[in-house]
Amino acid sequence: MVPADLCYTSDHEWVRVEGDEVVIGITQFAADQLGDIVFVEMPAAGKALKAHATFGVVESVKAVSDLFAPIGGDVLSVNDALADNPELVNSDPYGAGWMLRLRPSDAAEISALLDAAAYEQVVAEG
Amino acid sequence: MTDTPTPTPQPSPIVDRHEALGAKIVEFAGWLMPIQYGGIIDEHRAVRSAAGLFDLSHMGELVIEGPDAGAALAAALITDPPALAVGRAQYSQICNEDGGIIDDLIVYRLGETRFMVVANASNARVVSDALAARIAGFQAVLDDRSLATGLVAIQGPKSAAMLQPLASVDLAAIKYYGIAEGVVAGLPAMIARTGYTGEDGYEVFVDVDQTGVLWDAMLAAGRPDGLVPVGLGARDTLRLEAGMPLYGNELGLDTTPYEASLGRVVKLGKPGPFTGRAALEKVNRDGVSRRLVGLALRERGIARHGYPVLVGGAPAGIVTSGTQSPTLGQAIAMAYVPTAAADPGTMVAVEIRGAPVAAEVVPLPFYKRPA
Repeated sequence: MVPADLCYTSDHEWVRVEGDEVVIGITQFAADQLGDIVFVEMPAAGKALKAHATFGVVESVKAVSDLFAPIGGDVLSVNDALADNPELVNSDPYGAGWMLRLRPSDAAEISALLDAAAYEQVVAEG
Repeated sequence: MTDTPTPTPQPSPIVDRHEALGAKIVEFAGWLMPIQYGGIIDEHRAVRSAAGLFDLSHMGELVIEGPDAGAALAAALITDPPALAVGRAQYSQICNEDGGIIDDLIVYRLGETRFMVVANASNARVVSDALAARIAGFQAVLDDRSLATGLVAIQGPKSAAMLQPLASVDLAAIKYYGIAEGVVAGLPAMIARTGYTGEDGYEVFVDVDQTGVLWDAMLAAGRPDGLVPVGLGARDTLRLEAGMPLYGNELGLDTTPYEASLGRVVKLGKPGPFTGRAALEKVNRDGVSRRLVGLALRERGIARHGYPVLVGGAPAGIVTSGTQSPTLGQAIAMAYVPTAAADPGTMVAVEIRGAPVAAEVVPLPFYKRPA
């Protein structure tokens, strides 16, 4: 089960809307697929992201994976705790393992995201 | 280009065991093998602190037998197998005429006229064919036992204590890089004190049909003391910490043993010709322009296979393997760098996603087990 109050992408990222800001991370499914995460590279605060553009990198022991912005916007802050504790993405992907706080540039991009039921369908279909 | 059909991968003879243990199964070198069960880091740490159990059924086992078996191998390989005592083993390589590495191997002397060569899964066929061709003029025959042999390894400080109750022979009497025949879990077996993790441990060869019986017995024997099954993922991080080369990463047809910092393996002093001798003598005489070294990253980032190494800001080398070391808690890598930049203490950089990240040349291995 994925949290019902979040929005999702088919790239296995989640988006939590908090007022006129959003918080972004990767799903438990993504974290499990990656395995033990040992390094997370985040953009600098202030960077403007376009939807679907690469915003960072997550590395497991074995592999390097790009992270894609679910929506466009300005980066307000990043989760600095991941620099020293990247394993938080595995242990608490929807909580302490969050990645970015963003000010969306286009609210319409949020309404285009998947809801929990639709995302669960994506996972089920592999 | 035409599409060549992908051959159906060969499942490990005990792939059912791995699936029951929750393993993620991947195709590796034409085989279906477990890459991890729980997590790579936990498996890695279990091997360093207790022990891990590895299914290595994909490795190639080639038995060379006959009155000239030793001489035939001396002519085929860069080492001197006739110098081995019966029951001992050596690290070896098979090179082409240019001194390029076809594969790295372990050679076991099973008897006066009987040897076993263990090759990497990805090269088992190539090595088998090359050896068959090279021994053709000798009184020796090659028997490719790869598909008839099951291989289970136990590696880690508790290996001997876990395996001994199952074994008919005194494991302590088998020296490092030794091999003995015996019975393990009621099965006729060969027990070798070799491995690819940097830990003490044993590799047990049995008839392929008995691999499951052996696996089950070893896992049950060690489980109470912390034995865990370990997949190919942790096998790679373990060997990297131990500074052991991997064919396809550190070794290949375009590298010589001298470049791979393994010149000591080449026995130029042995009598008689061997394939690659002239080329290797020349490399030994002239020296090498690049060498395999260890790197410790001194800034944040992880170096990976294929990333450029910068010396004085300019691309000059290449990373062959890299990861975040679970034991050391820092990013480590092996890389080819120009000889002038190969001394420990030299500062270089690894280009990671377009940006230089500082790295220091350090001695290999990164990890050495406590004495």
